[in-house]
Amino acid sequence: MKKVQFQSRLIPYLLLLPQLGIVGVFFLWPAAEAVRSSFYLEDPFGFGSTFVGFDNFIDTVTSTDYGRVARFTGVFTFFVTALSLGIALLLAVKADKVLRGASSYKTLLMWVYAVAPPVAGLIGILLFDQHVGPIVDLVAMFGWEMQVGVSYSDTAIAMVVAAVWKQVPVNFIFFLSGLQGISKSVQEAASIDCRSGFRRFWTVTFPLLAPTGFFLLIINITYAFFDTFGIIDVILKTEPGNNPVTLVYKVYLDGFRGNDLGGSSAQSVILMALVFILTIIQFRLIERRVHYT
Amino acid sequence: MSTITLDTVRKVYAGDVEAVKGVSIDIADGEFIVLVGPSGCGKSTLLRMIAGLEDITTGEISIGDRVVNKVDPADRDIAMVFQNYALYPHMSVYNNLAYGLKNRNMDKAEIDRRVKEAARILEIGDYLDRKPRALSGGQRQRVAMGRAIVREPAAFLFDEPLSNLDAKLRVQMRVEIKRLQKGLGTTSVYVTHDQLEAMTLADRLVVLNGGNIEQIGAPIDVYDKPASTFVASFIGSPAMNLLKVKGDENGLSLVSGKGLSGANAFGKSAYTLGIRPEHMSVVEAPKGDGNSGVDLEIKVNVLEPVGAESYIYGEFAESGEEIVVRVESHSTYEPGQTLFLRAEPKDVHFFDAETGARIES
Ligand SMILES: Nc1ncnc2c1ncn2[C@@H]1O[C@H](COP(=O)(O)OP(=O)(O)O)[C@@H](O)[C@H]1O
Ligand SMILES: [Mg+2]
Repeated sequence: MKKVQFQSRLIPYLLLLPQLGIVGVFFLWPAAEAVRSSFYLEDPFGFGSTFVGFDNFIDTVTSTDYGRVARFTGVFTFFVTALSLGIALLLAVKADKVLRGASSYKTLLMWVYAVAPPVAGLIGILLFDQHVGPIVDLVAMFGWEMQVGVSYSDTAIAMVVAAVWKQVPVNFIFFLSGLQGISKSVQEAASIDCRSGFRRFWTVTFPLLAPTGFFLLIINITYAFFDTFGIIDVILKTEPGNNPVTLVYKVYLDGFRGNDLGGSSAQSVILMALVFILTIIQFRLIERRVHYT
Repeated sequence: MSTITLDTVRKVYAGDVEAVKGVSIDIADGEFIVLVGPSGCGKSTLLRMIAGLEDITTGEISIGDRVVNKVDPADRDIAMVFQNYALYPHMSVYNNLAYGLKNRNMDKAEIDRRVKEAARILEIGDYLDRKPRALSGGQRQRVAMGRAIVREPAAFLFDEPLSNLDAKLRVQMRVEIKRLQKGLGTTSVYVTHDQLEAMTLADRLVVLNGGNIEQIGAPIDVYDKPASTFVASFIGSPAMNLLKVKGDENGLSLVSGKGLSGANAFGKSAYTLGIRPEHMSVVEAPKGDGNSGVDLEIKVNVLEPVGAESYIYGEFAESGEEIVVRVESHSTYEPGQTLFLRAEPKDVHFFDAETGARIES
């Protein structure tokens, strides 16, 4: 690669400035503000605030509501991660069989990646629409009156399905490129050494895919935790009622619906710590990611 | 151990690429067969059809008495060594060797015995716990060989197994493969584009060209009597010189001037004359005595000493046709110098100028 030497030492920093500015204004500043306000009890009408130390944190983690939401978030994350990884892997393995040799499909499939996530998210939610949702109609034929937004479990299922629906294409592309990266002759050597395709998958293909898998696992946990806010919001239409919510959504509800800024800030600080830990794990994994050649 | 029979085997890839065009070979038990030919001639395709990695379009392949067209690669009782070794990157050397045996539900003690034995033969015993990425190219090559040996299969299939090694290792491994194969007596099919590798390893050579067999035979027979100009120019290094010859009622004459005598026994108007670089000698003056040898007069362009011998790259003044001649080591010839060459009748080959087919005299 060609190396360009900047005339002035200042120019690189100047070029970085807009990006740093965005990070500062939209991330660092609010984050610092959240940390600060997590130690205060804010007057809901903005007439002042009182320093309360760790009270907000203690209140948060000891409240039964928080425990319930945390449990649901755990279950939700587990199902979203397991299902979107599992389904994507299955599809990728099937696609890989077809794709070996036929590279024209590959470009076609890349469109899934380019188009799908935002659109698919919307479609996923539409699937559960009370009036036009095909999934609601489908299960109705089996006598299940699905009441998304009313029944706790039905809403939970809709959330999981919509979240999985949106994440599968992303995982699929990663798994597919991981599979395509496995040497053809290694697969062939395995087909001479092992008759059973199933066993071959678990003893050769899957271990070689493990680095991709670990990486996706972290990405998916992060996704289920944080990026599903939009999906949940569209399904609940900001009227949670008795419906399940995740921790991130609860931050929003408590802060902006419940006007409990201090408690909400404390929750978001806890979540920030969680992201921080996940990020560290992810970097560690990427660092240690084995590169087979 | 087993025979392998190919009966008019064809392979047509998607898009009407006919890679193999009706090939028949009978491979004897314990024989070392080398498929040799330029890149793209269909060698790998043929080998992969024997392995079961490619479907056979038409024709039949048998291993032993069993037609294997529809048999799964794992059930064909063959082991294959790949060009890039194709070791399992996530498994230790031990497990690379043991994997095929474990999947055949072999007894643990027997697996261990075979792996240790192969490791001893190939001198890879010290690396059994290592992953392939911690091995050098030569060591990986040995592991790939070991993976084939432990299986004790009916046949070994090799697809250019040495072409990723450096020159010195290549020679070393070549000798070792030959020794191993003779020791084990396992029927082997070996694919290479390197004619020297082919010559040195093969019991019988199969020279392929564009999906067809040009010639099958023992290396020395192929060298002595190439069936076509293609084989003549492919087997032997430097390649055989091919010169244009005219024929008429008066006899034969080189397009590049004088020096060919003899009657036009085959009644054609054009031939290709073949003489190997090592079959000419520099003489004081052309004999021109009407016997059936060949006398040539060339101009020296370059003298290339390779140590044990030297090569003259020259051309004919009349036509510019080029020629390579082997001369003794330490010879001194000057560029531009004119030389007289002589080839004896037994070393002169005739080919049909149109079809390239050998004409027996
Ligand atoms: N999977 C494939 N699809 C289409 N054509 C192929 C395929 N594999 C090989 N070929 C073609 O078949 C011919 C023979 O290939 P190959 O057997 O690999 O030759 P070699 O091993 O002698 O170099 C070549 O023209 C090659 O392009
Ligand atoms: Mg090849």
